[in-house]
Amino acid sequence: MEVQINGEPRTLEPMTVGELLRSLDLDPARLAVERNRDIVPKGEYETTLLAPGDKLEIVRFVGGG
Amino acid sequence: MAADKLVIGGREFSSRLMVGTGKYATFQQMAQAIELSGAEVVTVAVRRVNILDRSKESLLDHLDLKKYTLLPNTAGCYTADDAVRTCRLAREAGLSDFVKLEVLADEKTLFPDNEELLKAAAILVKEGFTVLPYTTDDPVTCRKLEALGCAAVMPLGAPIGSGLGIRNPSNIRIILETVKVPVIVDAGVGTASDAAIAMELGCHGVLMNTGIAGAGNPLAMAEAMNLAVRAGRLAYLAGRIPRRLYATASSPIDGVIE
Repeated sequence: MEVQINGEPRTLEPMTVGELLRSLDLDPARLAVERNRDIVPKGEYETTLLAPGDKLEIVRFVGGG
Repeated sequence: MAADKLVIGGREFSSRLMVGTGKYATFQQMAQAIELSGAEVVTVAVRRVNILDRSKESLLDHLDLKKYTLLPNTAGCYTADDAVRTCRLAREAGLSDFVKLEVLADEKTLFPDNEELLKAAAILVKEGFTVLPYTTDDPVTCRKLEALGCAAVMPLGAPIGSGLGIRNPSNIRIILETVKVPVIVDAGVGTASDAAIAMELGCHGVLMNTGIAGAGNPLAMAEAMNLAVRAGRLAYLAGRIPRRLYATASSPIDGVIE
């Protein structure tokens, strides 16, 4: 299925947010995920199933003022 | 002075200097500068993860989160909507409700768009955030931000990264008389005396990034800012002498030889 991650189109197998983060080798402790403009709480990564057309934002902290 | 704490949103801080984490040559330099600055609150930005290149070090590897309170910012946001979304993401990533709210008007000045700022502040306060808004040095806007429930107000001294110092000390003084929440000068500090001036005016704290990170020797400037903020605070608490046009002798007038 087609989804958008951080503005880029990606083709994925059906999976949860947690599975996606592991497939991208991302540590869930230090980031946040927004799905279709709603926050996905950390506790719901394993139960949140991605759907075709989902728009995901995956963010972390960087240096800033 | 031991009990002279800065209290924001129920949290106590011993240092009145808040520093950014941007623009440093290396994470090591950043960590050292923050240590020397004595700051306990450090700002961070929220940005997309690069999912193609995850090899890069993480900022958080270099910050002891037991020691520092993270203050995520909404830098780069030009609408209330983007700023609110960024704050929600920051809270989820950092598990703290402290946010430095900035909603910018244009890239050239990076001045706040106060209309959008007030809109975003109202939403965020309702959602339980501890909101520290970056604002123009406008007492009316500061009063409105306080009325909305912001935990502090952070008027600019001058444009972000400009190093122009406290351009309108009179407005800062009026802001200090207008609001009861802490007033933190945010942006514009170019050197130690600028920070001291802000503190001598009675500000409760100063926030800076470029002033330290952009200095010729960031580590030396971090220490200078640490001292300046403490010196300025002490001078404010001590109470300066009134300004007089003419001299008043320091030595006794009586007993001068003839």
